[in-house]
Amino acid sequence: MSGYFSDLITGSKSLLVGLGVTLKALVSPVVTVQYPREKIDVSPAFRGHIDLMKDETTGTHRCIVCLSCMKACPCQCITVEGEKQEGVKGKVLTLFTLDFTKCSLCGLCVESCKPHAIDFSDEYELAGFSREEFFYDLLKRVKERA
Amino acid sequence: MATKLERMAGSKHRFLLNMGPQHPSTHGVLRVVLEMDGEYAMELDPVLGYGHRMHEKMAEVRPTSGFYPNTARMDYLGAILFSHGYVGLLERMAGVEVPERAEYIRVITAELNRISSHLVGIGAYVLDLGAFTPILYAFDDREKILDILEAITGSRLTYCYFRAGGVSRDIDDTFIRRTREFIDRMRNRMPMYHDLVTDNIIFLKRTKEIGLIDRDMAIRYGLTGPVLRGSGIAYDVRKSEPYSIYDRFDFEIPTGENGDSFDRYLVRMEEIVQSLRIIEQALDALPDGPVMAKTKKIKLPAGECNYTVEAARGSLSYYLVGDGSDTPYRLKIRVPSYANLSPLPELCRGILLSDLVTAMGSLDLVIPEIDR
Ligand code: SF4
Ligand code: SF4
Repeated sequence: MSGYFSDLITGSKSLLVGLGVTLKALVSPVVTVQYPREKIDVSPAFRGHIDLMKDETTGTHRCIVCLSCMKACPCQCITVEGEKQEGVKGKVLTLFTLDFTKCSLCGLCVESCKPHAIDFSDEYELAGFSREEFFYDLLKRVKERA
Repeated sequence: MATKLERMAGSKHRFLLNMGPQHPSTHGVLRVVLEMDGEYAMELDPVLGYGHRMHEKMAEVRPTSGFYPNTARMDYLGAILFSHGYVGLLERMAGVEVPERAEYIRVITAELNRISSHLVGIGAYVLDLGAFTPILYAFDDREKILDILEAITGSRLTYCYFRAGGVSRDIDDTFIRRTREFIDRMRNRMPMYHDLVTDNIIFLKRTKEIGLIDRDMAIRYGLTGPVLRGSGIAYDVRKSEPYSIYDRFDFEIPTGENGDSFDRYLVRMEEIVQSLRIIEQALDALPDGPVMAKTKKIKLPAGECNYTVEAARGSLSYYLVGDGSDTPYRLKIRVPSYANLSPLPELCRGILLSDLVTAMGSLDLVIPEIDR
């Protein structure tokens, strides 16, 4: 019987202490961000999907079609094609697509690219209704931005 | 008075109950088939394989670097710890020296990851028992860790940060400052957790003496991690066979006494404190220098190699058989949760269904890690 009462007392005490903790949280600053009405800045290191970078001096991308990103990608989601053109040294990029449905956002492609032609985009609102929406034509994207 | 149906079924009537594969308290797609006698679980069969993605097979068909992202997909709560094991294996096998600074960064990020994993483990566990508030506090703290790690690794969950030979990116002063702030914050928050959860009478009543695993049983099932330490055996890979630079730090291995669910919870709480100690020492001793070894391309010799680390849930081994090419012939992964799940049928024989949730939650299983 005495065990019952001592349980009751320690029990009520522990519940009161717990309530005290929640009460303190009630008056402490709010940590929730009301997405999508409010947004927080994306960290500069954020690894989104990859994008061809625009070189400010030339106004176009820096890709030299070495294909090392394609080889480094464990998910085979990058396709790069290039061709020889009259009067241009090296190959010219004709196709650069990313199948984002397969990308695991590992960053191995960016690390393997010597001329820093690709980098991560900071887009994160990427919901879509069909698979095709995630086949990105990165070459077209970089031209549109140019 | 017995109803017509009860009379038809008879007094020995038992029924089968499916818990999962989408039951909230199985944390992932684990299915448990229970033979119930009223509210008591008499027999229990775990059914695995719903989340099987053949990670080990994937390792056999791609160069070793292609497996980095996979490590994070096995244990999504302790992704850095899982990659630590993998890069450690590659380095041991190829004989790559890792720069000092990279080793320190690895320890700091790995311990941060361990804390965040334990916070989810504890928060979700208390949620299973019906208390909703603590998980929100735990996630608040975990969010701080994720922010710190995101700023350096670029990702919040599937980090893919370690490379054979170092880490992919150096840490900066902001990282160090924020980590130190987090250590202070977390130390101040610990008494709050104890007030809210540890001393709570409902929590005590529901976890004490529930899901007892004694030393003998723990060894018999090959348990590791907090589950083993909760049973009073001070075994931790970081101490027993120190990898990386863990032998340079001063920390203790917390253990429980009775081996019940409550002890396992307490061990996790105490491990958070110990991890904070390790991070603090590592930050104090952080040397300057490169974070990546010079040898970019690692070559694996033919032969076999094993590397064991202490993941958040126990001892994790990678075992690789190489044939001289840069694609492994076989990669075997020993995950802690698989062994930690195995005592469940014995543990739960004849206990109440609600106690089964208590006992299972205290094992802190991550199902994708078991299924791979
Ligand atoms: S981030 Fe990884 S998976 Fe995605 S395209 Fe680059 S290499 Fe491939
Ligand atoms: S993006 Fe970089 S790695 Fe890929 S083909 Fe172009 S230059 Fe080579």
